[in-house]
Amino acid sequence: MIGAGKIKQYTNVLDKPLSKGKQEVSLSAFAFLFSELVQYNQTQVDNIAELERRLEDAGYAVGARVLELLCHRDKGNRRETRLLGILSFVHSTVWKVLFGKVADSLEKGTEHEDEYMISEKELLVNRFISIPKDMGTFNCGAFVAGIVRGVLDGAGFPAVVTAHFVPVEGQQRPRTTILIKFAEEVLQREARLG
Amino acid sequence: MAPVAPRSGDAIFASVERVNAELFTLTYGAIVRQLLTDLEEVEEVNKQLDQMGYNIGIRLIDEFLAKSNVSRCVDFKETAEVIAKVGFKMFLGVTASVTNWDADGMSCSLILEDNPLVDFVELPDTCQGLYYCNILSGVIRGALEMVSMKTEVTWVRDMLRGDDAFELQVKLLKQVSEEYPYKDDEYSEV
Repeated sequence: MIGAGKIKQYTNVLDKPLSKGKQEVSLSAFAFLFSELVQYNQTQVDNIAELERRLEDAGYAVGARVLELLCHRDKGNRRETRLLGILSFVHSTVWKVLFGKVADSLEKGTEHEDEYMISEKELLVNRFISIPKDMGTFNCGAFVAGIVRGVLDGAGFPAVVTAHFVPVEGQQRPRTTILIKFAEEVLQREARLG
Repeated sequence: MAPVAPRSGDAIFASVERVNAELFTLTYGAIVRQLLTDLEEVEEVNKQLDQMGYNIGIRLIDEFLAKSNVSRCVDFKETAEVIAKVGFKMFLGVTASVTNWDADGMSCSLILEDNPLVDFVELPDTCQGLYYCNILSGVIRGALEMVSMKTEVTWVRDMLRGDDAFELQVKLLKQVSEEYPYKDDEYSEV
């Protein structure tokens, strides 16, 4: 067989060397794929809340895997254990790997102790998506919210994560905010750790 | 003189916006997982992936033609070369090779050694009949149908099933002539 010696066949996928994470595909390939994901889910649900939940579940799976991959590859098998540590991990490292840039901002909620917000002027997944008026507040950023929830859950910080549009003056398209609300046990643990 | 020379796959890939392949891989994995949970039957999932690929292909061809400036292909051989060298490179960042032409030039094989869709993937025993990358066959079928070629695309070799490469067989069934949807007096069915 020609080229038999060229590619080493690994019987077990775990033996294959891990890629460096530098490979790229075109943005349009991802946009097409994401649009198919949304379209398929639209056929499976009756209402918007269900659609958001399904997108979030899809994102959750991505997030869990991204956490494992990044901890192993970039952080030398170390994982953040403090709240601010994991938030800045999500805001910089995860965002940089997935979307090519760090998130626009990370803020602490003023009204509640357990709320944090990551904002982005234009989420990559929302770039080619327009929401029809009758879908109200539906946001495909639910997929990204799912990714964040997956990362936080895998790291031991259970939280409720949602995506919201925030209209900004002077800008035609609204900003997207990922709202993270940590579970009670996370704050208690954080207080104990000082 | 030809108006604008067609651009090579590398040049186009360098000029389009790109995203991390891992996001793409993981998103595709999430899609396949969702389909498996919803549909449960491996055959159904294969069909659904092909359908999704078809939907992507019919829109992808527009972007491909717009960005790559290829002129009309003379024959199917050229079409296959263009898909392998320019098309795959432009969207997935990898090139395929074309081999196994049959006697009358109607069918060939596209061989992919590097496939961003299958990074980190292993097929469990319960899903042995699954064509994980079936979306690719739908994309090619959809794209070619929009340029008047009816094709049949099947998987010959699949690395997830233990083969050494991904091999797609593309068979040209027929070339449909372009027809205007409306005729002067009669309304004919396409």
